[in-house]
Formats: sequence, C-alpha cells, structure tokens
Amino acid sequence: MPGVWLVYRAVTGGLGVDPVKSLEHALGELSLQFLLVSLLITPLLRYGRVNLLKFRKALGLIGFSYLVLHFLVWLLLDLQLRWGQIGADLVKRPYIVVGFIAFLALVPLAATSFKKAVSVLGAQTWQRIHRLVYVAVILGGVHYVMQEKVWTVESLAYLAAAVILVGMRFLWIRRW
Amino acid sequence: MFKPDLTQADVTPRGLWLNRRKLIAGLGAGSIAGGLGLGAQAQEALEPNTWEEITTYNNFYEFGIQKDEPAKHAGAMETDPWPITVDGLVDNPGDYMLSDLIGDIPTEERIYRFRCVEAWSMVIPWNGFELNKLLAKLGVQDGAKFVRFETAVLPEVMPGVNYPILDWPYVEGLRLDEAMHPLTMMATGIYGEPIPNQNGAPMRLVVPWKYGFKAVKSIVRISLVEEQPLNTWQQSNPREYGFYANVNPAVDHPRWSQSSERRIGGGLFARRIDTLPFNGYGEQVASLYDGMDLSVNF
Repeated sequence: MPGVWLVYRAVTGGLGVDPVKSLEHALGELSLQFLLVSLLITPLLRYGRVNLLKFRKALGLIGFSYLVLHFLVWLLLDLQLRWGQIGADLVKRPYIVVGFIAFLALVPLAATSFKKAVSVLGAQTWQRIHRLVYVAVILGGVHYVMQEKVWTVESLAYLAAAVILVGMRFLWIRRW
Repeated sequence: MFKPDLTQADVTPRGLWLNRRKLIAGLGAGSIAGGLGLGAQAQEALEPNTWEEITTYNNFYEFGIQKDEPAKHAGAMETDPWPITVDGLVDNPGDYMLSDLIGDIPTEERIYRFRCVEAWSMVIPWNGFELNKLLAKLGVQDGAKFVRFETAVLPEVMPGVNYPILDWPYVEGLRLDEAMHPLTMMATGIYGEPIPNQNGAPMRLVVPWKYGFKAVKSIVRISLVEEQPLNTWQQSNPREYGFYANVNPAVDHPRWSQSSERRIGGGLFARRIDTLPFNGYGEQVASLYDGMDLSVNF
C-alpha cells in the first residue's frame, strides 16, 4: 500500500525538509491515481475483455480515502485550522474551490457505496449519482494544473488522462 | 531580530557559530528592549535553518522545478572562474572575473529571514557584503535609476533552460535606492562555507524584505539602467507577480493568502506563523515606499 509507505516516510523523516507539502501533494496525487485507475476498469472490459469489475469499488473508495486525508492534511497540518484563512481560501482561490468541489462531488458516491444502496435508490438513480466521479476527476486534474506556478508535463498528463477517460463515456452513454 | 541600524550584533564572528543559539536569544531580547515589539514568534524564529534544509530545498528552475532537483543537478556547474558582465550607466563597465570584481570587499555574516512567495520561510546565515559597496566600486552614473541582474544560462548543466518554463535568462531588478539599502546584500556564502551551487553560487542577491524570487542567483550580468527592468516572474504572470515583491501579509497572492507562512524545519507539526510586513524589516525599509500604494505596486 502506497499509503503505508507514505506514513512510514513521514514518521522517519523521509519526506524531505518540508514534509507537510510532500504529504499533502503525495496524498492528492494518490487520490487522483486511484480514481483514474477506477475509471479504467470499464474500458478494459469493453475493449480488452479484461474483467476487473470486482476491484472497481475498492479502487474508488481508496481514491476517496486519500482525498479525505489530502483534505485533512491541508486543514490540520498546512493551514492549522486558521479558519479565517481557510474560509477565504475556499471562497477566493479558484484552485482550492475547484479541488473542494471535486471532494464534495465524491461524498455522495462514498455515502452510497454500500451494497444495499443500489436497491434502496434504484439502479438508475444510483448509477447517475456515481457518474459524479467524472466531474470529480476532471476537476481534480484541473486543480492539479492550477496549483502549479508554471505549466508542468506531469499535471497536464493527469488532466489529459482524466479528459480521455471521461470523454469515452460521452461516446458510450446515450442517456444521462 | 534586526536592529534598526546595522551594528556588530548583525555579524557573527567565525568563532561564535557554535554559540549561535545564545547569540540569537540575546538578539531577540535586545529587539524587544529596543521596542520593536514583534512578539515571541518573531524572536524564536531567528534560529537559523540547518545546512541540509537550506541546501536541499531550493527554487532554482534552471536546474528543475522540483525543490530537490537543484541539489541533485547543480553540482555540475563550474563556478570558478566566473565571468560577469557589468554594463549600462556605470563608470567602470566591462567583462570581469568575479574574484576581480569583488576584489578586497570584506565579507560579513548576516542572519536574515527568508520568505518565499509560496508562503514558506527559513532563516539563513548568509555571508557576503552590501550591494552598495560593489556599486560604489562600479561607479553609478547620474541617470541610473534601476539595477538589473541576470542569471547564467548554461544548457549543458542546467536541464531546465532547455524547456520554455520561463523566458531565460532569469532577470531581476531593484530600484536604485533599494539596491543601495544597507540590508541588501550580495551573498557568496552560507554558514561560513562557499555558497552551494543550488543556492546560487558563486554570487547571488539577497533582499530580506522581499519575496525570495527577487533574490536572483548565479549572477552573470549587472546593468545600471534608466528604465524599470521587466523581471522574469512578472513577465511570466503579471497578475500574480509584480516588480516590487515586498513581503506583505495584507496583499494576497491571487492563489493563496500571504497572511501566514510555514517555517521550514519544524517537521510535520511545525506551527504556522504570521507573516510580518516587509518580512519584519519594516522599520528599516518601509520609508522607501512612502506614498506608494503597495496593493498596486505589489
């Protein structure tokens, strides 16, 4: 688990001289990685006939968990509950707003990730709710690009991956 | 804490390095007695960062945009001899070798706070000399209003300059009165050692009341000019970076608040501290900006 490795390095001083930023960035990146991989499951089935559907939910939930940790590190270790500054950031800073919306978009998914949710909500409603992940990965990629001081290949690659994986859905899904 | 006027207290004799903590405690007490009233945080904050922190966490995009990249790549840069060009409105223009240019200007140690525009900070014991001493040697002519600096562009050893991340060479500038201010220095060392390449060897600018990006590294050209130079970050993104770049908790960067900063070195649970106007050097430099709207001239 990359998370365990991260905690190990955080505790042993392996995250460099600015461990808060390293941890914050690593958690955000891991979250995006897991969410993007979860979006790879369906294309693999359609085009590669590789069935990894049973991992999809776990990948999504791990991605969401890293996002929660990313958010908590920002709140507790980076801004240290300076609520004035946090409030201002959440209103005034576009990249933080974008990231926060991505986080909020995933909350209903995580909340309806238990088995019974499908029968309670009905399959169609449940599915619609879970399409919010498309919004989240696109905004996640945008958030990554926006927080850089200059254009970086890495952040643009994540955004491109998100756009491609979500773009596929527009080809497949007839009725949203 | 810095005294309003520079005194012996600002200089750490070589033999006293081991007693640095005591000395700093003394300086802190002195500044409170002196009525600066900057509070306990500012006092504690003057304990210098470690050599490792200062030399492995660098923004030097010529060597890569990640903060650990300069330390990895900069070793390949040859800094001795170091050619440096002086031109513009000076009595003694020309192509010099750095050692000839510095000549017999003595170096001293200055412990300064260093505040990055990215809202992190350090405390660094620089060795160097006041820029005004060098400018006096060059002979600034009447029409000169600004000093313009350029960083080296060495594609063989600087992986970053092969990409259009910024418009190379890196350019910075100061108004002449800022350049002449006794706090403004040229640094050639840290902790009494020659300045490491990743920190801007063999000579870099240090302007403690401004964001770190003004402190141009590995200088190869100094020009005295009449027009305000277009500095690299302002050119790259004028909405976010200005010419003055004075540390100012009241003027936010468009993408983040500048009201507080994370002092590097405290580990995962280091306390965030309030950012001081002019990075705590307001008493010495605020008058340079009398009558200016600092939210416009950011």
